[in-house]
Amino acid sequence: MSDVAERVKKIVVEHLGVEEAKVTDTASFIDDLGADSLDTVELVMAFEEEFGIEIPDDAAEKILTVKDAIDFISSKQG
Amino acid sequence: MFDLSGKTALVTGASGGIGAAIARTLHGKGAKVALHGTKVEALAALAAELGENAVVVPANLSDPAQVEDLFKKAEAALGGTVDILVNNAGLTRDGLILRMKDEDWDSVINVNLTAGFRLARAAVKGMMKRRWGRIIGITSVVGVTGNPGQVNYAASKAGMIGMSKALAQEVATRGITVNAVAPGMIATAMTDVLNDAQKEAMNSRIPAGRLGTPDDIAAAVLYLASNEAAYVTGQTLHVNGGMAMI
Repeated sequence: MSDVAERVKKIVVEHLGVEEAKVTDTASFIDDLGADSLDTVELVMAFEEEFGIEIPDDAAEKILTVKDAIDFISSKQG
Repeated sequence: MFDLSGKTALVTGASGGIGAAIARTLHGKGAKVALHGTKVEALAALAAELGENAVVVPANLSDPAQVEDLFKKAEAALGGTVDILVNNAGLTRDGLILRMKDEDWDSVINVNLTAGFRLARAAVKGMMKRRWGRIIGITSVVGVTGNPGQVNYAASKAGMIGMSKALAQEVATRGITVNAVAPGMIATAMTDVLNDAQKEAMNSRIPAGRLGTPDDIAAAVLYLASNEAAYVTGQTLHVNGGMAMI
């Protein structure tokens, strides 16, 4: 598992208070991990802080699963 | 009860009668306060009176860039956080609708409503992270009852109540409450200009038989800002001596 993936999953586990095993790549924040819309905004804020990047609103809207987040952040980090 | 030690507060319009009373009251209960206004001298005098834990952050709320900047300046001056936001700044541009210019409408909506929205948006971010926050809007009895000659002002104040209710629902799970305080007729520079006959006519409509004081309003704000009011959100607390029971 890449460094980005590990850090993303750690944030998700901490923020949503879910078991690590549930935070699979394909897990959807809302459908599988019990997040509400405010949680997803908070997750994006947490990613921005952790990785020192800015995630624009139109990109944030497309981050629905753990993998979406990992892919977006990896692409920003080149 | 109502201890605010260790909390920080940004009070807009703190150079006015009600804003200054709110700032004094929150400060008196231990909060570190950032005083916003446009009259820099009045703010500096208030800060000097309060002594420690009071900082001055002037800005023109009609200018979106200055509003964003104001929040950043307030955070920096307060040591990184704004726990309590009091959207108190407001202005009037009264006139019957047939004589009301677009500028009169726009300036009132911009300062009374839109600036409060922008500040709340900026404040919510940090409050969500800390799982604690208080956003308090100073609205007005006329936002609920209406008042001839004030379509712009009444709309801005009613807008603030709606905004508070919507925002209260968005952030309730994060330990943030959003409420409004609706003053009735309060003795300030705005009412000093009335003559005795006008004041008497006004008092006759108030069951309490007197105008309210800025401290009456500040006490309501203190309550809503406190830990004790954690379960009160989306409400409008009317402080009007009984002139409108709504």
